This record gives sequence, C-alpha cells and structure tokens, in this order.
Amino acid sequence: MRVTAGGLYFMEVFVQQVINGITIGSLYGLIAIGYTMVFGIIGMVNFAHGDVFMVSAFFALIFLLLLTSWFGIASVTLALILVMVISMVLTGLLVWAIERIAYAPLRGSFRLAPLISAIGMSIVLSNFVQVAQGPRNKPIPPVTREVYTLWQGPTGYPVNISLKQIIIWVVTALLLAAFWYVVQKTALGRAQRACEQDRKMASLLGVNVDRTISLTFVIGAALAAVAGTLFLMYYGVVVFSDGFTPGVKAFTAAVLGGIGSLPGAVLGGLLIGLIETLWGQYVSADYQNVAAFSILVIVLIFMPQGLLGRPEVEKV
Amino acid sequence: MSTQAKSLPQGGPDFGQALKDGVIVAIIAFALLGPLVGLRTDQNMANELIIQNRLGLAAILSAIVGAGRFLLSAFVYPWLTARGRKTKAAVTLAELETRATRARHLSIGGLAFLFVYPVLIISLVGVQGSIKWVDNFGVQILIYVMLGWGLNIVIGLAGLLDLGYVAFYAVGAYSYALLAINFHLSFWVLLPVAGILAAFWGLILGFPVLRLRGDYLAIVTLAFGEIIRLVLINWKAFSGGSAGISSIPKVTLFGLYSFDVSAPNNFAKVFHLAASSAYYKVFLYYLILLLALLTAFVTMRLRRLPIGRAWEALREDEVACRSLGINTTNTKLTAFAIGAMFGGFAGSFFAARQGFVSPESFIFMESAVIVAIVVLGGMGSMIGVALAAVAMIGGTELLRELSFLKAVFGNDFNPDQYRMLLFGLAMVIIMVWKPRGFVSVRQPTAFLFRRKTVSGDLVKEGHG
Repeated sequence: MRVTAGGLYFMEVFVQQVINGITIGSLYGLIAIGYTMVFGIIGMVNFAHGDVFMVSAFFALIFLLLLTSWFGIASVTLALILVMVISMVLTGLLVWAIERIAYAPLRGSFRLAPLISAIGMSIVLSNFVQVAQGPRNKPIPPVTREVYTLWQGPTGYPVNISLKQIIIWVVTALLLAAFWYVVQKTALGRAQRACEQDRKMASLLGVNVDRTISLTFVIGAALAAVAGTLFLMYYGVVVFSDGFTPGVKAFTAAVLGGIGSLPGAVLGGLLIGLIETLWGQYVSADYQNVAAFSILVIVLIFMPQGLLGRPEVEKV
Repeated sequence: MSTQAKSLPQGGPDFGQALKDGVIVAIIAFALLGPLVGLRTDQNMANELIIQNRLGLAAILSAIVGAGRFLLSAFVYPWLTARGRKTKAAVTLAELETRATRARHLSIGGLAFLFVYPVLIISLVGVQGSIKWVDNFGVQILIYVMLGWGLNIVIGLAGLLDLGYVAFYAVGAYSYALLAINFHLSFWVLLPVAGILAAFWGLILGFPVLRLRGDYLAIVTLAFGEIIRLVLINWKAFSGGSAGISSIPKVTLFGLYSFDVSAPNNFAKVFHLAASSAYYKVFLYYLILLLALLTAFVTMRLRRLPIGRAWEALREDEVACRSLGINTTNTKLTAFAIGAMFGGFAGSFFAARQGFVSPESFIFMESAVIVAIVVLGGMGSMIGVALAAVAMIGGTELLRELSFLKAVFGNDFNPDQYRMLLFGLAMVIIMVWKPRGFVSVRQPTAFLFRRKTVSGDLVKEGHG
C-alpha cells in the first residue's frame, strides 16, 4: 500500500507527475500543431496525422539502427540530431506525396470527401507499416540513462528529471521558437496566414495557394516527425498501431486550445499531458484514456471555440 | 474552358513528360520505401533489433510505382481528358433517368439472387462445402449491408456524420450476450430489447452533440465510440474485460427447433439429416437477410413520412429548417436513435452468430469501415451502399481465398495481411475517382410536378 497520494510525499509526487506530464504534453503539442494548421487553412481534420507521427517514429528507429550498427556512429548526440533531421525530411516528403495523391484532387469537393480519404490514408499507413516492418513491438536500447535528482523530500523521496525529459523540453522549445519565427516573420508564414483568412483573395493577390497548402502539410509533418523521434527516444519502443491514440489525444489538444490557434495547440497539448498523468496518478490508471476522450467531448460540447480560439460564426 | 482545351496536347500523349514524371515518382517512392520496406527491423536471438537488408525489394516496388505513374501520365490521363471533353455535356436528365431505371432492375434481380443464394451454393458444392460461402461471404457481407443501411439513416438522410456507430453495434451485442447468459432469455425476446437499448444510447449520445456539426460532430462521436470500448475493456466485473464473453446461446428457430448439438429438438436430428453446422449458417443467412431488408423497408417508408422529410430538410439547410418550424432537436435525436436501433439489432445478431463478444470487435476501424461503405456507395443511395458492402467486404474476404498465390510468392506470403491495406487504398482511390460514390443519382421523395432523378452533386449529403 503506497501512501503517496495520502499526503506524506504529496508535494514530491505531484511535482514528479507535473514533470512527466509536461514531457508528454510537449509531444502532444508538437503533433497538435499539424492538426490545427491544416484545419485552419483548409478546414479539414487530417485524420492520417497520427499515423504520420507513427511512421516518423519508424523512420527514426530505422535510421538510428542504421547509423549505430552499419555506420558505427558512437556519439549519441550526433546520431540523435542526424536521425531527427532525416526523419523530418522523409516524413515531410511522405506527407507531401500523400497530400498530392489523396487530398489535393478533393479540394472543392464536398466536405466529407477529404475526411474519408484521410481515414483511408490512416488505414493504409498503419497497415503498410505492419506489413513492411512486422506487427511486433520494436524496442531499442535506452539512448541515455542519465537522471538528475532535483531535490529529496523529507523522507528521502526524490524528485527526478531525466536527461531525456530535458532533451524533449529543450528541443520542443527551440522548435516552437523557430516555427513561430517562420509563421510570423517569413514570406511563407505570411502567405499561409493569408490563405487561412481568405483563400480566394490570397490567390488573387498572387499567393500560390496550392503550394502554400502543401507546405503547411509538410511543416506539420516535420513537427510530427520531431515528436515521433522524441517519442521513440523517450519510451524506447514503437509499434505500428501507435498512431491512433496519440493522434486522437493531439487532436483533443488542438481542440482544447482552440482549433486554428497555434499557441492554443501547444497550451492544449501541455494541459492534456498534465491532466492525463495526474489522472493516472490520483484517480485511475485504467481510465487514463477515457479521461482524455471525455475532455474532448466536454470541450467540444461546452466550449467548441476552445481556450484561445475565435468563436465560429455561421453565415446564412 | 477553351484555353484549357488549347493547352492540352493534341497530337497524342507526351511521352517525354510522362517519362520524367515516372522517374521522379520512382525516386520519391524509393526515398520512402527504401527505409520502410528495404530496411526491415527484426529481432535476433538475443532480442536485439537488427536490420534486414531488403533494398532490392524496395527498388523493385519503387520501379513498379514509377512505371505506374508513367502509364498514368502517358495513357490514362490523356484518355480521361479526351473522354471527359466528349461526355461532359452529354449527361442529360434522360440519361440520369435510365441510370435510375437500371438501378431499380438491378435491385430486383439482386434481391431474387439473395434469396436463392444458399440453395444455389448448396446445390453447387454440397451441404458441408456451403458453410464457407454462406457464412464468410453471405452472412458477413449482409451484416455490413445492414450496418451500412442503418448508418445511412444518420449520414445519408439526416446528414450527421457519425464516426462512432460501432458503439451501438457493441451495445446490441453486449445486451444480447449479457441478458441471454444471465437471464436465459431467448434471442427473439432480446432482439427488440437490444434494439431499444441501442436506441436509448443513441439518444444519450445524441443529446449532448445536438449543437455540433460536421467534423466536430464526427470527432465527438468517435470519442464516444472509444469511451464505450475502453469502458468495456476496463469494467471487468460487468463485461469480462478484454477477455470478452463466451458461450453465448445460439438463435433458435422460434423456440421450435434448436441448433445446439446436445438439445433434444436439434434441427438436424428431428429431420433425420446428417449433423452439420451448415443448417445453422443457412438459417442465420436468412435471418440477417430479413433484418437487413427490414432496415431497408423501414428507411424507405420513413423517407415518405414527415420525419423522413424533416431529416432530409435538415441535411440540406439547418437554419432554413428551423425557420420553417421544424423541431431540429427531435429530428436529430430520432435520426440518431433509429440509426442506433438498427445497429443494435445487427449487434445482437453478431453476438448470436459468433457466440463470443469482446471489445476487440468494436474498434474504431469497424466504424471507419461502415462509414466508408456508406460514403463509397453514395450516401443516401440504398443500392449503392449494398454494392459498396459487397465490393469492400466481399473483395477483402476474397483475399483469404487466394492461397494459390503462395505458389508464386513463396510460402511466407500471406494474402490475408494485405486485407486492410487494400481496403484503405480502395477507400482513397474510390474517393479520388468518384467522390459521390458508386451510385451518384438520387431520387427525391418530395417534388413539384414530376418525379425527377437528380445528380448526387445537387444534394448536400456530407456537407456537414
């Protein structure tokens, strides 16, 4: 019988769970940006995004093994950076191809068409990986075991933060900063925001709308690939069915933060991560996913515009 | 239009461009397939992951993809544009009318075929050999036809995208399983009970989502479906958890004859037939056929009632609907409830047929398959949904029969594992090729002077 929830170690357990929650939440936030950007620009729920995340983790897995076993790169840092870049490039290419094949022809069709196509793509991706890479769990040896103790509670219960968690926090923060710069300061970001507001007007003013939409998909995919690489590093295992649940949770995060809003997606991701870990610690570990799905339902019903989103006005 | 026609190459296909396309696509394909297919991760004896080099296979696959792209650019696209230019203006009302008549004849012929199908199969391959054909193809496809028709009420008629339909299927299946085992009630008593319970759940889930439309509605229903499945997994005292519930009683022939081997009134024993499970399969076949036809019949009659008209009005324009005094709350809830009821019927049938239920049978993929059938068939078109179910379920079931391919690709080749992959590909290809589904004409039930068949593009099915 643990007394952790009772009060003796209350503070330490709570802080530990907050650290874990922020770590998972960062990953959800990175995936959620892909959902929110695509929804913002073409009003479509990119259902295959969760499976794109899973494929990116597989890219990372394959190249990590390739670099360490075939090319014998000993430096973990170098291997991780290389793997992350390769995974971003390949995942971006994959999503670019998917967008060309399955979504672009359906632009201007009725609203359900791209959603159905995306569900089909999600089935294709997960089953393709299952066939090509096998249905088993793919464990890798831990990248690093480094753990730092922040402080020890009065009875010796430690609050730990692992090097992996620090890497996740730092990488996420750096990427978000870079991404923020791209969206706010570059020509691409400007074109993208213009398309989000009014696609027809943007095209009249010389913005290449199709290219902007493709690049939006690719940027979202690259962020998901970072999340995929970090996911592999953090949990040390990946399997072909890993796309669905993180995908739905990241979508929940996007909705919670207000779909279409980029800071909202990150905020939503962090909140979902925190709620999930705290729920698992204090309420019931079995019903952890039920909690995440329930939040999705409750937010959509009572607060469809989310925390930072704009309310949707229906024009007649 | 004219400028577009001019810019198209007039003198045959442009092979240079097509070749370039093909090469580029092959390179991209190799970049993606190279790692995913060419470098397969596997565990060795020491449980370490190692990489198995299959780059040759990846190269072959990429070449095939590139060649496919070359053929598309060189022959298929020019042919399609040429054909499109010829027939674009040719689709007239008369054309649509003949198509609709053809669909009507097809449905009558199809119905007759469905009723003689088991007899035909038994006379062709004998009693014992018929099991596979009646059960795997007949019953399996008809379950999806029924689910498709049930969901068609929600998506096709009322225009509400429900991605959690499998939850009602699960409610029906677990209602029958639990009530039959704990209270020893017969299937014929529990069939309506399961339907009512599922309809009740339809109301419960429908009520909170009344304000939502389109993608939001889709995601909330998806979440509801997942919640029900996760509760079934975790609430072990109620549902047996992921182990599921086994030895669910079989359906009886209205209590007169049983299909249990040990029962004194066993069907085969009473009629002095050789013992075989084929009779039960044939009986199940007719049972699900009648249930599916009941769904179709009720839907067709409902479309002519005020409530059915209200559903379709709601689909076309919710604001206009409300301003004309239609109670949108009731309209949406009845659509959810009636759709859910048929899902519940199908669920209790499923439980009785399998004799075993577990949360594994009610994953999101099932919902996606049912939605795919409804959309690919052409939302709102009964015959289209049936055709889509035959094509998608029958087609993927056929893969199980392709064991002769082992002779070609070696013994490791298992066509079964490509089932869902091909299913997903088919979903994407059909959507891109025919976004309106197989049957793209609709028969409005309300008309001004004369019944006219309209193109599916004119109705707002799937607009959210």
